[in-house]
Formats: sequence, C-alpha cells, structure tokens
Amino acid sequence: MLLNARILPYVLILPVTLFLCLFFIYPFVLVSQQAFGSSEGGWSLDNFREVVDYWKFPISLKNTLLLAAAVVPIQLALALLMATMVSKMEKGRDMVLYIWTIPLGISDLAAGIIWLAIFEQSGFLNSMLNGMGVIDKPVNFLTYQNPWIVFVAIALAEIWRATAIMLVILVAGIGLIPKEYYEAADVFGASKWKQFTRITFPMLRPSLQTALVLRVILAFEIFAVVAALGGTLFPVLMGETYAYQFDLLNSGAAAAMALIILAISIGFTLIILRILRVPKGASI
Amino acid sequence: MTLRSKFTGAVSGIALSCVAVAAQAETLFWSTQAKPVEEAQAMREQVLSGFADGVDYQPNDGGPWITRLNAELQAGSGSIGVLGALHGDYSAMDPATLVDLSDLGAMSSSDTFNNLAKLGTDQMQYIPWMQASYIMAANKEALQYLPEGADIDALSYDQLIAWAANVQEATGEAKFGFPAGPDGLKHRFFQGYLYPSYTNGVVRTFASDEAVVAWEKFAELWSHTNPASTNFSFMQEQLLSGDAWIVFDHTSRLAGAFNERPDDFVAFPAPAGPSGRGFMPVLAGVAIPSTAPDMDAAKALVSYMLKPETQIATLRATSFFPVVDVELPDDLPPSVQAAGAAVAKMSGAADANPGLLPAGLGDKGGDFNRVFVDTFERIILGGQDIRMVLDDQKGTLAGIMEETGAPCWAPDAPSDGACPVE
Repeated sequence: MLLNARILPYVLILPVTLFLCLFFIYPFVLVSQQAFGSSEGGWSLDNFREVVDYWKFPISLKNTLLLAAAVVPIQLALALLMATMVSKMEKGRDMVLYIWTIPLGISDLAAGIIWLAIFEQSGFLNSMLNGMGVIDKPVNFLTYQNPWIVFVAIALAEIWRATAIMLVILVAGIGLIPKEYYEAADVFGASKWKQFTRITFPMLRPSLQTALVLRVILAFEIFAVVAALGGTLFPVLMGETYAYQFDLLNSGAAAAMALIILAISIGFTLIILRILRVPKGASI
Repeated sequence: MTLRSKFTGAVSGIALSCVAVAAQAETLFWSTQAKPVEEAQAMREQVLSGFADGVDYQPNDGGPWITRLNAELQAGSGSIGVLGALHGDYSAMDPATLVDLSDLGAMSSSDTFNNLAKLGTDQMQYIPWMQASYIMAANKEALQYLPEGADIDALSYDQLIAWAANVQEATGEAKFGFPAGPDGLKHRFFQGYLYPSYTNGVVRTFASDEAVVAWEKFAELWSHTNPASTNFSFMQEQLLSGDAWIVFDHTSRLAGAFNERPDDFVAFPAPAGPSGRGFMPVLAGVAIPSTAPDMDAAKALVSYMLKPETQIATLRATSFFPVVDVELPDDLPPSVQAAGAAVAKMSGAADANPGLLPAGLGDKGGDFNRVFVDTFERIILGGQDIRMVLDDQKGTLAGIMEETGAPCWAPDAPSDGACPVE
C-alpha cells in the first residue's frame, strides 16, 4: 500500500512522538501537578517556598553552578584538543577513540567509587605518596576541613568520566568539515593555530552546540559522583532532590526541586544556543 | 500460516500459565532488611527454606521499597505478600493499608514492642520480627589507652572523650569513628544516646541548657574523631581497615568486623551522661499489605517468622536478635555473641535510660531525623553557635510535632497532646 507522500513523514515520526508523550510529556505533567499542588488541594507555590527557604538550598545551588562552571570549560578544551588529535591520526584512530571513551561506559556511581578508592585514607594516592616517602602516615583528603580538595576530587572524577561524551560528538563534527578548506588555508600559508581558530572552530559550531547543551544539562544533574566522593559535605541540587523524595518521602518538594533544575537547564540551553547559533543559510 | 499461529498461541498460553503458577506459588517477601548479598542469601537458604509453600525473598533500599509498595496500594492490586521493614518505615505508612494482625496468635514477648507495633491504633499493624541496638566497639589495641580507673563496660562520656584523646595523643591520629556519612545512622546517636544521656529527653529538651552541654561534649569528642567520618556509613569497614579504633554503630553494621577477625575487637555498652546511659532499641517487623495476593499464605509466613527456630536462624543470618523468648544456642557467630553481651550489659545497667524509637510521626519521620542531622552539620561541621542553632532548629522541630500531633515518648515525660518543645 502506498502512502501519500504528505502523510508519510508524520507516520514515520509517530512512534517516537507517542513514546515521548508517554514517557516524557505525561510524567512531566504529573510532576508539575505534584510540584504546584498542596496538601489542601488546589494550586500553590508552597513546595517551591519550602525547598528554597531550606538553609541548604543556596549552598547546593552555588555548589552545582560552581561545579558546572569549573568542569564544563575544562572538558570543552580537553575534548577539542583530543578530537583534533584523533582526527589527525592516520593509524590506530579507532583504537585510541575506544580507549578514550571507556569511562563513558562506566556508570557515574562506579566512577565516583573508583576516585574514592584513589583519594580515601587507605586509598591509592595515600599508598603512593607513602611509598615515595612524601608523607609518613596516611592523610585524610576528603574531609569537611578540606572543602577544596573535595571539590577538586569531584571535578577530576567528572572530567575523567564525562569528557568523552563531548569528544565523540566533536570527532564526528570534525569529520564533516570538508578537506578543501584546509587545503586552501595551506595554499595561503595559514598556520595550524590559525586553521583551528578560523576553520575548525567555526565549522564545529553545530557540534559544539550539541556537545555543550548535553554536557551542561548533565552537569546540573550531577549526583552519584558527588554522593560517592563528597558524601554530605558537598550538597548539590540533585542530591537534595533525592533526599526529599526518599529520605523525607516528600514528593511535592522533590518535584519542585526537579522543576527548578529543569528551569536552570532550559535557561542555560537557550543561552548556549544563542551564543553558538549558526547564521541562517550558513551550513556545511 | 494458521497452523503456525495456533502453535504460537498454544506455546505462549502455556508459558503464561507457567508464569502465573510460579507467581502464585511463592509468597513475595518485600523487605528493607537483610539487604547485603550474603545476608539475603542466608535469609533464603537458612531461614525461609523451611517454609513449605516457598518464599521469594527480595530485599531493597527504603526508597524503591516504599515506591513499589505505594504503587501496588494505589493500583489496588499487587504481588507483594509480606513486608519486612523497620518500625520507622511502618509508622510512615497509612495504617489502613496494612492488614490487622491482632488475631494471628503470634506476637512478641515484649509488651513495649507489641504496643509500638500498633502504630497508635488499637490493632496490630505489624508483628515485631527482630530487634537490634546500637553499641560501641573498639580495636583491642586501643584498650591500653583507656583512662585510669575506667571500666569499659560502664564508661561515661567524659571517659570516652579522655580515651579518644589518649589514643590520638599516642598514635598521632584521631581514631574515634562516627557514622556521619550519607547512609550513616548518626541521627539515632543523637536521638537515642546523646540526648537521653544528657537531657533525659529528646523533644521537650531539644533546646534546653543541658542540650547545649551535650553538644559541647559532642564537639569535644568530635575533635578526637577521624575527620573522614563524614564519609563513614558502616563502621565495620573502618574497624577492619584500622582507620578507626573506637566506634559507635548499629550492631548489624559492626557484625562484619567481629565475624572476620573475632579476636581483634571488643563490643561494649554506650557511655553514660548526667541523666543515665541512653540507648535505643531497634525494632523490625513483618506486615501484610491490604493488596497481598494470597492472604492465607502471607499470614502463614508471618507466623512462621515468629517461630523460635526461625528466630534463631534469622539471628544467625542477620545478627538481629529474637523478639520472642528463646533459648540461645552456644555456637552463634562471634558478632552475635559480642553484640548480644554488650546489649545485655547496656539494657541491664543500673543507670540504663532507654530512648525509644520516635513514634506517631507518620511520614514526618525523615523530617524529624533531618532536624538532628542539620543541627549536627551546623554546629559540628559548620562551627555555628550552639545556642543559636538550637533555637533556630527548635522552630522546625516544634512545627513537625504540632503537624503530626505525636505525643511524647520515653524518656520525655508524657504529654496530653503533641509533644511540646520547651
């Protein structure tokens, strides 16, 4: 049976649309109802007031933003560097790419535990320093007295774990840039750095957009790595959401927190889309 | 074509009915207890294998546990037959969703426990299943630093602080260990040990002058505490690794250390303060949700859990003690012997001052715990002024008590209505 060419596209996207409606839109509506609901019935902002007034809220908001601000730029720079290196390779390119993306296959909690094994009192870092004679007894790194070390440990674990997701997107993007641009640049004698800033970077905009949006959203959802390394020392928004849902059994407050995180994510997505927008008509 | 579809239909029909039979035959035991793999396996092989109709024992974390249960209750039908959880888990539930077990015939030999199990109603909402407590444990190497004249079975908080200080002085490291990690049971220490020992109360005396002294003493103890304690949740790990020498924790969270190296550690009662030796009994219970698929099998399983032989098998599997009168055999695991002796000394001490589990808080149990955890984080980790923090947290606590209307529990003096924060 032949389908009308006008209808066909809609038929083809129907399954995805249905899937999204069922597993995203519908739960989203339910969560919104919970967040804006109140114990007496009707609509209210009580849940939002409750979570925002809690003394840990500003701290967890600050921590989450600070972590994203520290981690994402480093990841971006690293991913760009790694992607250009990989794309220049003649041999063994796939092998290197696979190895670099291994951390991506590890769950974030496992990643947190791996780094905990490095930093804890009887961990690898302590044994190494001890073995080299730098310290004569194990040092506690992850304590409430050293909030900066906790922060650095979490940032390191995140960089190690999630740089690869940007890397794979950028590698694909670089592969799409036509060789002719570089050949022309060579003809005019542009340096490699100039080629990177004038050709690679601008042509990568669409991939950068995707990579950054994805990474920033994930950065606001950071949870398991923090839980493993920081425990309660480093409250973040997602950890507070979990606590509302499972420790306090307060679904309304948890839903409100989830919507706050969603709002922040949408805000930053719009900013990134705006900054890295591709001018209309200009495409590869 | 038709033949094949008939065949497929027949096969899937048979497969479906097999699944249905299997699901019918085994009672699903949905539990928050005995979660570690070894304990869960011991529950299946040593405790539940004796139950004739077969049991599917599934332990899970508190969050997923309540989520699935609530989903089944809301749907009005479910596959969970029997629930296993702590008193606090049940008190957060709507009593109407649990089947009345008053006429089951099986119950604990402790009236206190049986009353707690009514959850403020006049029916048995759950049947007490097993009990435990929180105790102290120490590496034997630490014993040489006990302050002069101190009896390890009758320590005071001052002696404990002096002991921890001696150890720190001798080894150069703070070796008191406290379960202040995200999954640590620190709030129970404040509710059942520190507050009863210093203020002879928990709610009424939350912001009293005695409470200020209690927190000052705790801060003093904290200065000799391993600063990595904020990552400790199961103190058996730090006992075994040597990161902590003197620790406080739940008996089942210390069991691993005693079972692995029984000769290296000692268990002893919690210390005493000016108003006695505060300690908190822990109570787990079995209950039946109103949506249980096979009510008779579920009731039979609950009765089975209370049999003396089952209770002893449970003790071996989980290190939780029986709630019925049983003769304990001699060949129990080292953790059980050590913990059993310490709990007996603690509850039998002349100055014992039991602090009961919070009761009547409904689903506000988590908020109640958070008041104590927040107070700890602000005073001890944040270094804020004790009086200021207590006066501030007092408002939150009073709000919870008024909202739930929960009357006082021991050691607070009884109240007419909601327990007041004085």
